[in-house]
Amino acid sequence: MQKNLKYKWATIVITILICLYGIIGLPKSKDELVANWNRNIRLGLDLKGGSHLVLQVQVQDAFKAEADRVIERIKEDLRGAGINYVAMDRNDPNSIETADQIQINIKGIPSERAGDFRRIISEEYQAWNLTPVNSTDYRMTMKPTEAIALRRDTVERSMRTIESRIDGLGLTEPVVQQRQRTDGEGEILVQLPGVDDPARIKQILQTAAMLELYEVKDGPFPSQEAARAKHGGVLPLNTKLVRQQPRGGDTAEAWYLLARTPVITGRDLRNARPSQDEFGKWETEFTLTQDARNRFARFTEANIGNRLAIVLDNQVRSAPTIQNRIEDQGRITGAASQQEAADLALVLRAGSLPASIVYLEERTVGPSLGADSIRQGFIAGIIGLIAVVFVMLVYYKKAGINATIALVLNAVILIAALAYFEAVLTLPGIAGIILTVGMAVDSNVLIFERIREELREGKAIMAAIEAGFNKAFLTIIDTHVTTVVSCAFLFIFGTGPVRGFAVTLVIGLVANLFTAVFVSRTLFETSIARKRQVTSLSI
Amino acid sequence: MELFKNTNFDFLGKKWPFIIGSLVLLAVSVGSLVIKGGPRYGIDFRGGALMYVRFAEQPPTDQIRSALSARIPGEISVQDISGTSEVIVTTELRDERELAEARRQMVETLAATFGAQEGKLDFNNAGVQAIADRLRDPLQRAGVGMSEQELQGLVQRLTDFRDSAPHSGLVKSLDELSAVQGVTPQVLSVIKSEMYAAPFSIRNVEMVGPKIGAELRRQAVLATLYALGGMLVYIAFRFEWIYGVAAVLAIFHDVIITIGLFSVFNEEISLTVVAALLTLVGYSINDTIVIFDRIRENLKIQRRESLYSIINSSINQTLSRTVMTSGLTFLTVLALFLFGGPVLRGFSFALVVGILVGTYSSIFIASPILVFWHDFQEKRKRATPAAGAAARESARRPSVKSVR
Repeated sequence: MQKNLKYKWATIVITILICLYGIIGLPKSKDELVANWNRNIRLGLDLKGGSHLVLQVQVQDAFKAEADRVIERIKEDLRGAGINYVAMDRNDPNSIETADQIQINIKGIPSERAGDFRRIISEEYQAWNLTPVNSTDYRMTMKPTEAIALRRDTVERSMRTIESRIDGLGLTEPVVQQRQRTDGEGEILVQLPGVDDPARIKQILQTAAMLELYEVKDGPFPSQEAARAKHGGVLPLNTKLVRQQPRGGDTAEAWYLLARTPVITGRDLRNARPSQDEFGKWETEFTLTQDARNRFARFTEANIGNRLAIVLDNQVRSAPTIQNRIEDQGRITGAASQQEAADLALVLRAGSLPASIVYLEERTVGPSLGADSIRQGFIAGIIGLIAVVFVMLVYYKKAGINATIALVLNAVILIAALAYFEAVLTLPGIAGIILTVGMAVDSNVLIFERIREELREGKAIMAAIEAGFNKAFLTIIDTHVTTVVSCAFLFIFGTGPVRGFAVTLVIGLVANLFTAVFVSRTLFETSIARKRQVTSLSI
Repeated sequence: MELFKNTNFDFLGKKWPFIIGSLVLLAVSVGSLVIKGGPRYGIDFRGGALMYVRFAEQPPTDQIRSALSARIPGEISVQDISGTSEVIVTTELRDERELAEARRQMVETLAATFGAQEGKLDFNNAGVQAIADRLRDPLQRAGVGMSEQELQGLVQRLTDFRDSAPHSGLVKSLDELSAVQGVTPQVLSVIKSEMYAAPFSIRNVEMVGPKIGAELRRQAVLATLYALGGMLVYIAFRFEWIYGVAAVLAIFHDVIITIGLFSVFNEEISLTVVAALLTLVGYSINDTIVIFDRIRENLKIQRRESLYSIINSSINQTLSRTVMTSGLTFLTVLALFLFGGPVLRGFSFALVVGILVGTYSSIFIASPILVFWHDFQEKRKRATPAAGAAARESARRPSVKSVR
């Protein structure tokens, strides 16, 4: 018996040490202790303060962009093959669910060239299905497998872009994750601890950040009609009208006539950074990749005296005149502050988003509320614990001490497990801890009541203790399993704080199995082992 | 000290008053839900924008409401939290696209209504970075040069001072800042020239688009149904299926009454409340299982007794445990309700009610169902005369076929 007890105590002490290590490490000073504590106990957003954003990737934008690209390529191919057509356009799905219904309509293919046309489409555009509408008109729809792949790809690329934008902000421990829901595809969760006004970050995330440089054909015009009027009512071939970004409170419009295809796109950027011009005003400088430099150099050399439009997100930012051959860099002027220039540099570096995003959910907890919540949760927990311990001592006398030690150890194991699993403590999590105390009490009560019953029936003390533990054990298992089942569902269907609650409750219950059964029993056995003659048990 | 030594209350005999009481409570709950058109969903399930705002003085809720109604469409609610000078402002969000702007609109309206000072930064509602950026150059110009690290440290101390108790996010006057280490009269005057202290502070903002709201609602219901199903299966497996049914019916009773009371007292149902309800389900099942366990044990050893008396004695034997556990768990949850703060109120209210109802449902709902079912089966057996003899035999104890 003695040896058995020694092993049991050894197990308990080792467990306690492992737990303490997990919580406070091996501190050499009080400051280190506090620092370790803060590092190991990770607080959720609702306790630390911070922002939580859920965004949805509008994949239909990527479908539309893809259709546009395909249309341009088909036009080139048909021109090369000498096939005429009357019109080519696409439809306009504008929600995530209808994105797959993207269609390209081609009208007016002469019927004698139908065979050639069909061959070109089937050879070059295998992602699409071609259906004839009548003898000259056709419709192309995207194959389902391709559509699924495009959706997934768009969401992944968006996520990587968002990740790199957030990385560039230098925040503490941000989280960017794809959220898996049954029908909520393309949802991305962003958590920003310590950020209590996410307005600037929302702006950064939302910018498409599409940078393009175009040749300016004509402009600026005060309106689209004025531009068309100057060119005889219709835009010249291969041009498009782009509006200038309105500055501040400007209500006057300015439109530029640009070449249809850009000289430089975002893909040609190598780097971007904020800098100041000779007047101290902030601007964003960008440099080009090796391939792009040659192209740009040729363009600028051939266009000295013409203007170059710097277009960001489909709005003209500036249209400076080309003075000389430029090889490697350009500037985007007009930033209002260093931060604006730096933000723009950041999104340019991180790359453009393949589809726009919409915010579905935004929660922000200010740091004062977080601190208050911790304080109040803590106070409630302490009061609850004191009340419980008091009652246990009064009702079960010395056995109540066993229960108290088991309860405290339960809490320690629970906090240590949270630290080791790097689980996050939320406000419902604190409530979960408080509830664990209540339920841990249940196990102890079950055992003690059983022991009392066995004693009443006249069993010897040792036998009573053993019978009490054994009989109560099955019931304890049953009750714990059912609560764990309900926690499992909470975890699957819950989010953030609710999950924190489920996790702390489950860990607490598992820890309870250890403390209420093993530790409590060891304490009982120890208190008896010392006496030579066991006549009574304080319970 | 022992309170319940060898008791012998006839619980089953006294079941009718309690069953009738339950039916009345159920009727009240369902009635309240029907009259009010369903439970009062929080923004988690309805979609909307919510803000906790703390005011320096008692907040003028009417003024706030009319100022917001003028600028923001839809239903607006301004509720003040008793015992504090805080309000909860809720506005509607009919579309995800409104979400991005909702917060800015609310903040601007509040700022305009409560004396925003043009050109100055609101200290009570600014983050560390914004304050540091604002103070950096003016401090240099005033001749109080400090390194970037010192500046960050100073601003951190200022915000910590503001965010900890008793200010909890709101300083009434910038003069209070002179208590912070490093704030000399010079620094204070720079602060006062660059910033002002608005009479309100925004502590928490939550915005949920309607799509997610509907989704969360659906998931909450699914989670609860799955959890109940899982438990039904587990109990049917460990006992007999009628035990599972009895337990689940008792849980339905508990959940409906709890939601009904939320409706009666006009409390909101949020995500954390659903977490509380699921906990309550787990807790109530615990209670029921303890009694069922005892019944199963007694059925094995007391072969001559009727089911009726076995159930009664089982309840009596476990009474001590039931009262102790329920009492102690109730104590801890009551501590949460009284001291846990406004954010956890819905959660702790659900548990306070739920524990009471859950405990009594195990005794007065689940167990009587077992008896009703047993009696019903007996009546059917006696209806066939051939099985009469066997019926009389099994009338004394029920068939214990699959008890593990």
